[in-house]
Amino acid sequence: MKLERAVGVVTTAQTIRNSRTRRALRRRSVVGLLVGIIVVGFIVTLMVGQTFYPPADVIGVIFGQDVPGATFTVGRLRLPRASLAILAGLCFGLGGVTFQTMLRNPLASPDIIGISSGASAAAAFAIVTLSLGDTAVTVLAITAGLAVSLLVYVLSFKGGVAGTRLILIGIGIAAMLDSITAYSLTQAAEWDLQNAMRWLTGSLNGTSWNQALPVFIALIVLAPVLVGQSRNLAMTQLGDDTASALGVRVERSRLIVIVTAVGLIAFATAAAGPIAFVAFLSGPIASRIVGPGGSLLVPSALVGALLVLVADFCGQYAFGTRFPVGVVTGVLGAPYLIYLIIRTNRAGSSL
Amino acid sequence: MSIEHSLRIENLTLGYGDRTVIENLDLQVPPGQVTAIVGANACGKSTLLRSMSRLLAPRAGRVILDGKSVHRMPAKQLARTLGLLPQSPVAPEGITVADLVGRGRNPHQGILSRWSPADDLAVADALEATATVSLADRSVDELSGGQRQRVWIAMALAQQTDLLLLDEPTTFLDVSHQIEVLDLLTDLNRTRGTTIVMVLHDLNLAARYADHLVALAAGQVYARGTPAEVLTEEGVRAVFGLDSHVIIDPTSGKPLMLPIGRHHMQNDPQKGVRTGSVGKIVLVP
Repeated sequence: MKLERAVGVVTTAQTIRNSRTRRALRRRSVVGLLVGIIVVGFIVTLMVGQTFYPPADVIGVIFGQDVPGATFTVGRLRLPRASLAILAGLCFGLGGVTFQTMLRNPLASPDIIGISSGASAAAAFAIVTLSLGDTAVTVLAITAGLAVSLLVYVLSFKGGVAGTRLILIGIGIAAMLDSITAYSLTQAAEWDLQNAMRWLTGSLNGTSWNQALPVFIALIVLAPVLVGQSRNLAMTQLGDDTASALGVRVERSRLIVIVTAVGLIAFATAAAGPIAFVAFLSGPIASRIVGPGGSLLVPSALVGALLVLVADFCGQYAFGTRFPVGVVTGVLGAPYLIYLIIRTNRAGSSL
Repeated sequence: MSIEHSLRIENLTLGYGDRTVIENLDLQVPPGQVTAIVGANACGKSTLLRSMSRLLAPRAGRVILDGKSVHRMPAKQLARTLGLLPQSPVAPEGITVADLVGRGRNPHQGILSRWSPADDLAVADALEATATVSLADRSVDELSGGQRQRVWIAMALAQQTDLLLLDEPTTFLDVSHQIEVLDLLTDLNRTRGTTIVMVLHDLNLAARYADHLVALAAGQVYARGTPAEVLTEEGVRAVFGLDSHVIIDPTSGKPLMLPIGRHHMQNDPQKGVRTGSVGKIVLVP
């Protein structure tokens, strides 16, 4: 009897192992595939435009050679722009799925509950009204992002934070903050539509390395911290008590996660504006591609990067007029938001 | 099989806000036994259990596991010795049974360490012990209440702790599933020597399944000991404010409490029913 049981356990362990290996393989192939598509997309974005440059020219420019024409168009215009698209997408994807996982609700992404709006309003205000420089703008955007997340949390706290209340309050605060952004823009000395679009829906127009670099540094510093918390984040999905009983220091872990996620969102927003719905869409898309189980952080970051890269490319060249990237992602995101609200209304749900 | 651990509560005072729930409570958990904590609603049963697993910091006093205060131990180290199943844990949407049970391995995994064959064995063992192997690939959302509770217990088992605390593991279950869960916990205690401490609502099930019964009243231990020592008519009156008859359960030989309400009494409550003479008692038709 004992032997039988031992054999049973070993067989079951083998089955569990197999199914886990299978899923890990699927996950790795999805991540690999996404990285591949992003790299291809990146190179295509650099090649294609008003003028076409062959791959050799593009690669030459990337490695610092002087190619007539291409050095300016690819090196100064397209390269920073495509880089920021990827960097901002990674930040939004990571930050978004973090909040969605932590609050167990796909609607609770930073662009819906006002965190992006806070960072955006602060950045617009700092640039237009206070005429601050790049660093000060970024600092202010991050502070505002953190302040808004704290405000939303405090306002929705009533013997615990219920997801729906937090989301509704967040949406309200986002609307107020968007009006601050709009007001700041009307005060701008030279009323510039491009600039306005950046702070309202997000745009990559006129991106230079000065904007891309801080986002890159933020990503290098913050993303590993966040990914390091991914298992704790998964544990807190079981509820605070269970997570704590499984050896997670819930409060500490949550603080680290919130600060890093808000930091990523704020840096990306300060550079590219609150690119509409990228944070909101990346997690659910990644979850459907990767399947249940396992952390969604890295897949969502990649989905975010791909979304911004492709949307910006389409915005520039697919239509007669050039649209800022946020308009394109907004068109993609809005129907999904409606679908989700309808579905959540029918059954309380998470990712 | 398992090493005996000592879990002791000294002078514990607990509360929320300005409300004190438990005051100066002392308790020793007998190792290798099943302890059930009973008491009226809001008497601090769950609060006590939460503090024993360091979810709630004490106002005063200590919870001591093997000579060390649990509130000062590293979180993962504690979680390798002492497990807790809260009253209403949340399963993330779409998570499979095997995945959920696997989460119980968290305290055994470092930040960088990968999933090991030992983890697989622990999960498989937990699934076997709770008869949930056939559910391994199912989504937790689709399970019945009884199955789900078995899966949560499997998760706590995968944690492989020598002490297991459970907050009302039978709530929301129908009677056959209640028995199923309690039988399972007894199996664990008997075959693995796991020390079990559980808060139970049902006095009679507590008396049947516990080796050691603790009755709380007004933030204090009113009585503790074997079920026969604790579950008495005056005990029930003191703890629950309820008149009752306590007879011997013909099935288990443990005490069985029959509440006396204001209605449906066949005999005049003042005269009483003779304790122990089961044959003569006719339960209300």
